[in-house]
Amino acid sequence: MSIRNRFIFSLIVSTPILINMVASPFGFGLPGGMWTQFLLTTAVMAVSGRAFIQSAWASFRHHHANMDTLVAIGTGTAYLYSIYAMFSNQDVFFEDAALVITLILLGQVFEENMKRNASGAVAKLLDLQAKEAEVLRGGEIIKVPMAEVVVGDILRVKPGQKIAVDGVITEGSSTIDESMVTGESMPTEKKVDDTVIGSTMNSTGTFMFKASKVGNDTLLAQIVEMVKKAQTSHAPIQKTVDKISDIFVPAVLIIAILAFFVWYVLLGASVVTAMLFTVSVIIIACPCALGIATPTALMVGTGRSAKMGILIKNGEVLEAVNTIKTVVFDKTGTITVGKPKVTDIIGDEQMVLDVAANLEASSEHPLAAAVLEKAKEQGITPNAAQNFKAIEGKGVQAQINGKKAFIGNDKLLDNYNLTDQLTAKMVQLQSEAKTVVIVGYDDKIVGLIAIQDAPKQSSATAIAALKKRGLRPVMLTGDNERVARAIADQVGIDEVIADVLPGDKADHVKQLQQQAPVAFVGDGINDAPALTTADVGIAMGSGTDIAIESGGIILVKNNLLDVVNALELSQKTFNRIKLNLFWAFIYNSLGIPVAAGIFVGLGLILSPELAGLGMALSSLSVVASSLMLNKTKLTTVTA
Amino acid sequence: MDKILVTIIAGLLVGFIVWWFFGKHVTKEVAADVTGNEQDVSVIVNGGYTPSTVVLKRGIPAQITFNRKDPSSCLEQVVFEDFGINDFLPQNKDHAIDIDTSKPGEYSYACGMNMFHGKVIVK
Repeated sequence: MSIRNRFIFSLIVSTPILINMVASPFGFGLPGGMWTQFLLTTAVMAVSGRAFIQSAWASFRHHHANMDTLVAIGTGTAYLYSIYAMFSNQDVFFEDAALVITLILLGQVFEENMKRNASGAVAKLLDLQAKEAEVLRGGEIIKVPMAEVVVGDILRVKPGQKIAVDGVITEGSSTIDESMVTGESMPTEKKVDDTVIGSTMNSTGTFMFKASKVGNDTLLAQIVEMVKKAQTSHAPIQKTVDKISDIFVPAVLIIAILAFFVWYVLLGASVVTAMLFTVSVIIIACPCALGIATPTALMVGTGRSAKMGILIKNGEVLEAVNTIKTVVFDKTGTITVGKPKVTDIIGDEQMVLDVAANLEASSEHPLAAAVLEKAKEQGITPNAAQNFKAIEGKGVQAQINGKKAFIGNDKLLDNYNLTDQLTAKMVQLQSEAKTVVIVGYDDKIVGLIAIQDAPKQSSATAIAALKKRGLRPVMLTGDNERVARAIADQVGIDEVIADVLPGDKADHVKQLQQQAPVAFVGDGINDAPALTTADVGIAMGSGTDIAIESGGIILVKNNLLDVVNALELSQKTFNRIKLNLFWAFIYNSLGIPVAAGIFVGLGLILSPELAGLGMALSSLSVVASSLMLNKTKLTTVTA
Repeated sequence: MDKILVTIIAGLLVGFIVWWFFGKHVTKEVAADVTGNEQDVSVIVNGGYTPSTVVLKRGIPAQITFNRKDPSSCLEQVVFEDFGINDFLPQNKDHAIDIDTSKPGEYSYACGMNMFHGKVIVK
């Protein structure tokens, strides 16, 4: 029998008992008197209350005790005593047993609904998936079920259709609404070679794309998987709670026995009074409120942030965010757009670019992409140079036409000399926030290439918001001090650590950690060591690939404002967990003494019915408080 | 006379509760049955998990079949924190959960409120 049906049954059957209880002071009584009460209560105990007793007995045999143990013992005591009292012509307390069961079931019905609400957010994400896809098979476009789409398939998407899987556009262009996966509210323009995300909505154009990830590998599937993990994880704070809930129920039973002993033996109260206090203690104690304080808040908090494109890995991360004082940003791709462009070429333009392109042809460095892009514009086809050798932290060198050529940053000046004119030019470019690359050929420096990577629009706003929250932003970059400074000034960062070798980022994070806990924000690909070293690693996603392993928080959108949102949401969630636990503790530590009759002198007495109501409300209030996380306002504007 | 009796009974009850709930009680480990390239073990959920500790062989795809007899909402969810599993167990029906046995170790699982605990050992 479902909880709902058990509740409805006990509500209907216990209503006459309730009427009798309220109306008896006015001289009204149920026909049949206590016999009717006895029959009605027996029905409630047998139908609605049986499950409590069953479960209590089953756990008892396992040397366990749970909430059902308390309900079963509490109501059972009242019920059995009332039967005894009925035959010995004393006052009966059938209404206590029946009403407590009704109230507790009422609480459970609500709780069930709310919990479903709290956990539903993620399951709904998966429902977003398209059911069918139009796939090119044997030169014809046919509709196939989702499960039959494989990597490499060419799919067609018409306006208003859902994109089935992740992939890359091969033909056509469109604007796509990606809000359901990334949380980005503005539709994004997509053209050939751009990536598309499965389950997002195509709005204007028709296009073809090649499937790159299907099934469980798609971004959406990964997000769902990750959020699920986060929601089942535990915050370290929960460990203390678990220790308490392990001993909670037996401890409450002992307290209840002591209450009876004190009232009956030491204070000389009647059996009835002592028993009512005992029953109240057993009924009011609520281990559930403690048990659900953390999981419900985690569920709502991580679910809400997932909808905004912020994936929080687990409860541990949430708790760590609370201690963060310093936020370290990687520059390229994090504060800046990450798509550097060549702005100036000093020297013989054609030759400098030619040498540079040949050297960078097979490099994956972001600056290399800028050089190659420029070369393409100028109609230069790079021929990859021979005998590549990396100059650690400085650049690369190789053979072009049998002569030694090199490209790299200003640390190369340890090995080569720059004319005064070029030095002046370089300083000027650097203060314009341009990264300067030195190009050499035949053992001489032949020119400079200035590359600029503009800060993201959101960067300055995000940094300002972080400062307002009392956090200390720091920029960490392998770039030259002057360039780094110029960018930092534009976005409002005061502290810059420049000229950092890629391998040393983690060490710098460690140094900063000695002052205060650090969050590191990076793009997740080359920043993995720093992301893991930091107390909280925040990986900026590229939109399609989420670097799940490296970061504790993953931002699906490439927007710096989400760093602020992520920190704020984590803090809010963690604060809610603390608040929930606080209430659950206070409730139990105040409720139990009151129920035991410690404050009788002040006229404060809890009847078992009130205790039952209190218990139902306590776990309800915890779930409700967690659900409120969905409604709390965030100070940051979502861009 | 009554009071002395109540005192004795109260003392005995407290003693019993402490012994029963806090005393050391041995739990049995049960190894999964391996058939071909699969292993399966069933766990009855009734006031706890029986057996509460199951042993799986490393590298063989494994399934734990839960069957919840207990009507209590306390035990209706089963949560494997390490695997990100949070499943609803229908009452009196088998519910199989696939376990990743690629890494050896001890993985604990619990009910939705973390009051009841079970353990999976992969070795």
